[in-house]
Amino acid sequence: MLRVVLSRTFPRISGISNCQYSAAAIPVPSAQPEVHYNKLFINNEWQDAVSKRSFPTINPATGEVICQVAEADKADVDKAVKAAREAFRFGSPWRRMDASDRGLLLSRLADAIERDTAYLAELETLDNGKPYAVSYSVDVPMVVKCLRYCAGWADKWEGKTIPIDGDFFCYTRHEPIGVCGQIIPWNFPLLMQAWKLGPALATGNTVVMKVAEQTPLTALYVASLIKEVGFPPGVVNILPGMGPSAGSAIASHMDVDKVAFTGSTEVGHLIQQASGSSNLKKVTLELGGKSPNIIMSDANMAEAVEQSHFALFFNQGQCCCAGSRTYVQDTIYDEFMERSVERAKSRVVGDPFNMKTEQGPQVDEEQFKKILGYISSGKREGAKLMCGGGVAADRGYFIQPTIFGDVQDGMTIAREEIFGPVMQILKFKTLEEVVERANDTKYGLAAAVFTKDIDKAHYISSGIRAGTVWINCYNVFGAQAPFGGYKYSGNGRELGEYGLDNYTEVKTVTIKVPQKNS
Amino acid sequence: MPVIGVENVQSAGAPSACTVGKQGNMSSEPGNCQNHQDHDPDHGDAGPAKQTMPMPVPNLEVQYTKIFIDNEWHESCSGRKMPVHNPATGDLLCEVEEADTEDVDKAVQSARAAFQLGSPWRCMDASDRGLLLNRLADLVERDRLRLATLEALDSGKIFLMAYFVDLMATVKTLRYYGGWADKIQGKTIPVDGEYFTYTRHEPIGVCGQIIPWNFPVMMFAWKIAPALCCGNTVIIKPAEQTPLTALHMACLIKEAGFPPGVVNVLPGYGPTAGSAIAHHMDIDKIAFTGSTAVGKLIQKAAGDSNLKRVTLELGGKNPNIVFADCDLEYAVEQAHSGLFFNQGQCCLAGSRVFVEDSIYEEFVCRSAEKARNKVLGNPLVPGVDQGPQIDQKQFDKILELIESGKKEGATLECGGGPWNRNSLFIQPTVFSNVTDDMRIAREEIFGPVQQIMRFRSVNEVIQRANATHYGLAAGVFTNDIDKALTVSSALQAGMVWVNCYNAMSTQCPFGGFKMSGNGRELGEYALQEYTEVKAVTIKISQKNS
Repeated sequence: MLRVVLSRTFPRISGISNCQYSAAAIPVPSAQPEVHYNKLFINNEWQDAVSKRSFPTINPATGEVICQVAEADKADVDKAVKAAREAFRFGSPWRRMDASDRGLLLSRLADAIERDTAYLAELETLDNGKPYAVSYSVDVPMVVKCLRYCAGWADKWEGKTIPIDGDFFCYTRHEPIGVCGQIIPWNFPLLMQAWKLGPALATGNTVVMKVAEQTPLTALYVASLIKEVGFPPGVVNILPGMGPSAGSAIASHMDVDKVAFTGSTEVGHLIQQASGSSNLKKVTLELGGKSPNIIMSDANMAEAVEQSHFALFFNQGQCCCAGSRTYVQDTIYDEFMERSVERAKSRVVGDPFNMKTEQGPQVDEEQFKKILGYISSGKREGAKLMCGGGVAADRGYFIQPTIFGDVQDGMTIAREEIFGPVMQILKFKTLEEVVERANDTKYGLAAAVFTKDIDKAHYISSGIRAGTVWINCYNVFGAQAPFGGYKYSGNGRELGEYGLDNYTEVKTVTIKVPQKNS
Repeated sequence: MPVIGVENVQSAGAPSACTVGKQGNMSSEPGNCQNHQDHDPDHGDAGPAKQTMPMPVPNLEVQYTKIFIDNEWHESCSGRKMPVHNPATGDLLCEVEEADTEDVDKAVQSARAAFQLGSPWRCMDASDRGLLLNRLADLVERDRLRLATLEALDSGKIFLMAYFVDLMATVKTLRYYGGWADKIQGKTIPVDGEYFTYTRHEPIGVCGQIIPWNFPVMMFAWKIAPALCCGNTVIIKPAEQTPLTALHMACLIKEAGFPPGVVNVLPGYGPTAGSAIAHHMDIDKIAFTGSTAVGKLIQKAAGDSNLKRVTLELGGKNPNIVFADCDLEYAVEQAHSGLFFNQGQCCLAGSRVFVEDSIYEEFVCRSAEKARNKVLGNPLVPGVDQGPQIDQKQFDKILELIESGKKEGATLECGGGPWNRNSLFIQPTVFSNVTDDMRIAREEIFGPVQQIMRFRSVNEVIQRANATHYGLAAGVFTNDIDKALTVSSALQAGMVWVNCYNAMSTQCPFGGFKMSGNGRELGEYALQEYTEVKAVTIKISQKNS
């Protein structure tokens, strides 16, 4: 699995050996990394919750409590918003700073995270359950790249001068929006934090971030690095807490100018509603998916099987862009099925700190039970269970890699987001048919097509209603490329130059001049 | 080679008895280094920490004196070397290998190999090119004292200026373009018909770059950073007067991890090595910074050979227009540093100061006083404002132009001759009552000689300011927004500064109208000078919006 991740999805991680910074061998991890920070981070200080409450964070591989973490609620959100507002005051150090220096701070944050890669990867694995080899080789390096990428934008986010009619001089300023609330999920805790902070800070905003209650630990450590590298107080505030309390307080806050949320479509609705019933804060949403992965009969079979496996099972299936509807053309359906089952059966499930492990536990009991419920529904509704289908260990939240065949479009497992290691394989005959079926969903996050035929590739990539389409690959992410959803999968785009738009107010300045000349 | 001791630090002349009227608004001049510079190079509130008064590296040994090709040090094919002098003392610093045609051929072969399809450099992720540039910036920061010392020794510029201005700009330029590497985006284009069209922004290929001696290390960064961020390979010829920091940079380029052949550094003379680059049939692009006369030769050479792309940053005779409603003391200060910065050796120098009639006398008086107060001496010593000119040739040319000013009837307010016999220092010189037809008002002097002219109306000064074949930079000082916008629109120049001068930054494009050059350096604009756009069109079965 790791080999696949490294050599296929991120082919260049090992490909820069000609430079003097090739990825070093993965160090042996400590399975019990020390937790240094478990409080709220407001105004560059560690604070207890106003309510003095705390909540436990659990190691999903064992079900044991790692530590207690201060639990933010509305009063803490108010404190954090005040700090962020003060940091955003006209004339503040953050507002007065050269854009290139904002970039430099982000670069230094990337450097500090890179320095602490091993520790952060250990903590991420402990708190989230993802295999350490993946945390170390995928999550943390992508965090570093994302921050460096955004750092570069800071002084390149250019306004325009505009040739308007009349004797006027007109230009635009790209100004930060202000105080941004950001609510991130537990499936890629570090990476989602970077995706949110990078563009917001590059463009000069201040941030109040709520991290998922399942996985608060790495975000708090990164908070300490934010202070270490020299961000002014109040620019970034990090609050562990629950959605209905802290998350809701952010979404409804009258002094938060923008909210960005990554999570379920269900909660996405609530966020948008909260904006509407409070101050019309700008909203960007990255929500769920039920992404089609289309395998044409002319595809390279081995490659398509491996990539489709990776598309679904990566990160314990806990990806919003998981390829959870694998459409296979009828002439190759049986062979594809056979090989996919073989691949799933060989998937190594177990201790995430073991280097051979491909799949760790699901993040918590709630998800674990929900996934098992979906597996039951698949059986009940008549899908053919090809492998897996049950619990994989007697403690922790492990689930067997599961494949359903003969899945019909109307089945629950073909319509709802499972967010677990459960693969649905569906059969199709024609190009037109598969495009129509692939689009028959409320979601529109990602899609893929495997084919050697250039016309088919273009037909499908144009025809699918999704924010990301991969051709002969899956889960290829670059900080340079935008990511986001059509339809119920979200609003706005993250990453790339497009991501900056969502953190910018454009101001048009028009000056009367005595006489205009070209 | 040892650093010369403290000597000859003295004021160029005693303050005159000129009445300075009311004490003008004491302008907001930064005081972090005793500099008479025009803008604070480091004013970020939470940016890199300011250092307190750095000192030059004592007894600095010159480490690198050879030709850098394919990440290796080479002797010249001809066996020839050229002497490198310290212009402040005339002492020989070292001898450096002198590149000629044969060495250029070797370097081009190496750069071409590094540019082959499938080479490590071509296959590298754009973000990794950016990372290499950032690493290079880190190394320059590490060696900043050494590089600044070397620069001051080799070019005669004030050490603290080298440290705070040249090296800061070098680091920032490298970081800025490090950031661009993975943001040079092509487009997908909605063409008519059943087609899918996209553009690739590809590197041009092997780029020849020829840089001047007035800002050796900064020009080096200005040239290589955009070229490398776009994925080109480079053959760069530093000026024969000032090859040393470029060679140190070569060493850092290797240390940072650039693949062999990506950057090749060839010290040499213009008529030999420079000409070989300009005429080379296998160099795809040439970028030159220097005189307008040589710029013409470069353009011709491209036409005579393979039509290589040409960008040119050439001379200037830049107008600096001061209206009566400005902040006078501030304008005097800015006009002064706008001309005298770097011993007057700037293509940007504001060498035609147009001052509105009603404040003319006062402006001249204060400007002369400022010039008289300049401290000349050893550029390594704190408190010195002005070092020597770069070499005898420049020195002689400047004195010749000063003589022409006297002869043609301009009023010499101060200075007007050499300072400290048998050296390359020239007294800070101010001419008033200069008329537009005088040689000192038409030719680029490239020395510490300020021309102050009188004007009456906006239209008049626009017309006079534009009456030159140059068009590099211009300044306007006024508190009237209409005048500022009118004049800045009307001036034919690549940069216009309003209520400031020499306010440069790596984010902002730089280049000239008319005979001041072709193309732009710095900013996003520079990227297009180092990319070829390829439009790829694919027939598809059915187009949809």
